[in-house]
Amino acid sequence: MSRRKTERLLNLVVCLLATRRYLTAEQIRRAVPGYPDSDEAFKRMFERDKEELRELGVPLEVGSDQQGGGGEEIGYRIPPQAYELPDIHLTPDEAAVLGLAARVWQRASMAEAASGALLKLRAAGVETDAAPAVGIEPRVNTHEPAFAALWEAVRDGRPVAFDYQGIGRTSVARRHLEPWGVVSRRGRWYVVGFDRDRDEQRVFRLSRVVGEVAADGPAGSVTVPDGVDVRRIAFDWGDPVSEPRPAAVRLRRGAAQGPRRWARDVRPAEDAAWDGEWDEAVLTFRDADRFAPYLARFADDVVVLDPPDLREAVIQHLKSVLAGTGGHPGEAGEAR
Amino acid sequence: MSGKAGTRAGATTSTDRLGRLLALVPYVVNRDSVLLGEAAAAFGVTEKQLIDDLNLLWCVELRAPDPYCPIDLSYEGGEITVAEAESIARPLRLKVDEASALLVALRMLAGIPDLDDRDALSRVIAKLESAAGEAAAVSSQVAVEVDAYGGTADPARTAVGVLRDAIAAGRRVHLTYYVPARDENTERDVDPMRLLVVEGNTYLEGWCRRAEAVRLFKLDRIADLSVLDVPAQVPDEAEPIDVDAGLFRPSPQDEAVTLELTPRGRWVADYYPCESVQELGEGRLRVVLRTPDARWVRGLALRLGDQGRVVAPAGVAAAVREEAARALARYGMG
Repeated sequence: MSRRKTERLLNLVVCLLATRRYLTAEQIRRAVPGYPDSDEAFKRMFERDKEELRELGVPLEVGSDQQGGGGEEIGYRIPPQAYELPDIHLTPDEAAVLGLAARVWQRASMAEAASGALLKLRAAGVETDAAPAVGIEPRVNTHEPAFAALWEAVRDGRPVAFDYQGIGRTSVARRHLEPWGVVSRRGRWYVVGFDRDRDEQRVFRLSRVVGEVAADGPAGSVTVPDGVDVRRIAFDWGDPVSEPRPAAVRLRRGAAQGPRRWARDVRPAEDAAWDGEWDEAVLTFRDADRFAPYLARFADDVVVLDPPDLREAVIQHLKSVLAGTGGHPGEAGEAR
Repeated sequence: MSGKAGTRAGATTSTDRLGRLLALVPYVVNRDSVLLGEAAAAFGVTEKQLIDDLNLLWCVELRAPDPYCPIDLSYEGGEITVAEAESIARPLRLKVDEASALLVALRMLAGIPDLDDRDALSRVIAKLESAAGEAAAVSSQVAVEVDAYGGTADPARTAVGVLRDAIAAGRRVHLTYYVPARDENTERDVDPMRLLVVEGNTYLEGWCRRAEAVRLFKLDRIADLSVLDVPAQVPDEAEPIDVDAGLFRPSPQDEAVTLELTPRGRWVADYYPCESVQELGEGRLRVVLRTPDARWVRGLALRLGDQGRVVAPAGVAAAVREEAARALARYGMG
């Protein structure tokens, strides 16, 4: 960290804010102390300084005072109305929730931006130290390495390319995306956008992005279509949702606590042919192929009586478990 | 395109320092006078660093057309005052990253049900959007969803609301809590410490009197909840859990289980912290998980079906096979 550089940049900001007219590079060089004598060295240093100011978010305006005169040299200024944070006054309860919001990112990649924002708001006179009355501490994590690059691409409207390992795919594939937004659910981040390979909107899970996210076009070249709600796109899996159906099941008494949490019409089973004590109940499901693995997880504590397609799906699922572990039906356990 | 945010954190650059200097002047101007220690704390620097910042500001000098010093300040007697600050008397606008970080977090908070501060939240969101102007636009393209559902006997009240009240009143609560790994409902008295939202789920952190330890309880696994007429007594040794270090921290004593997953079973590596993940080619994976309770792994293997299988230890694989066979026997497939 160079004190002289900070001092020079500070002088430059003050100088360009104070001027109404555009100042040429030469005028700036005369006004701001600390620039070198050599023209070449000055030019390089001034270019770097402009870049640093832009990175800091200082609105550097480039233009010229003599409109249309021709031949005039371009100059620089910082318009105060573009530089200054507009007035913001927060009541104590508003300031408290703002302080809470700033802590949400913790160690995540937006933490630095959040504390930068808080610093500016404090500078504007907001007092954010009040203890939040909310009584809840929310955190957001951005564990996925692709998060920072994809957020920057969304922010800058820049197309990207990345390798993606989709579920059910046997290899990674290069994907080309115009990113519209990033969304998190249950702690996992997704990017939503226009898939240039498939020619339609798609959702990608950040944890399945392999390696670096590369820029694949200029900033500002992505247009988010009107009416796009990235949250809705991300969590609408697009399957035609089948109608809910009832399933008649037997639940072993004292077990199958998971299904019991939302089971209806739980009553003792009348058929006494099975050992142990059983209840009969009704569960609601939509898709037999998705519901069967959930029920299989409870092994012989849950038995499906009806409908036949769900019963068959559970049987097939259990058979595949046996096949996977090298067994076959009948090897263990016996019908009772 | 690589994540600058991550690598820059910690190191102070000239640009970072310039940002601090540009905020420091309006910070003092807006408060008339500020004690050195107070300002140092607000900016997260030492008093020595702060004095160096003030000296630097005081040095600002423009040479043309006429030399002059636009900033006049003093910190005599440990009290900072700014007599003249001209153009930098007001803070710099929020950058897109800055406005987005706060707005996304505020909207996420607004998604938590049963918050008393909902009104303050919507007011501050509106004020911040207005102050940030164009920089606020992109923030609508980032969203964080929160699940904060939990059972209470009274359908009009969420668990979040009941637990917040219990924490505020310092009362013990009784939970009927479902433990999926063991498929069990457990009854426990808990002295609540705080509510947390981590990875999109809401948790109660509290001193569990049954475990005699600090535990996290996921709100959507609370089957029933009542506030007891007993004051909460959180022992002095109760340390809050460092949730940023990860919610699942397997201990070395936990049993290591190796699974082989087909391309369709790769989701396991996304959902559960794996000790190792090895690509086997053609999208197949071999993962090693650690678990204190083999029942959980057996349940996972039963759920996976043909998406994956336990390869080690052999005892767990055999137990999975046996459970599947017993279940099939119930369908007359014996």
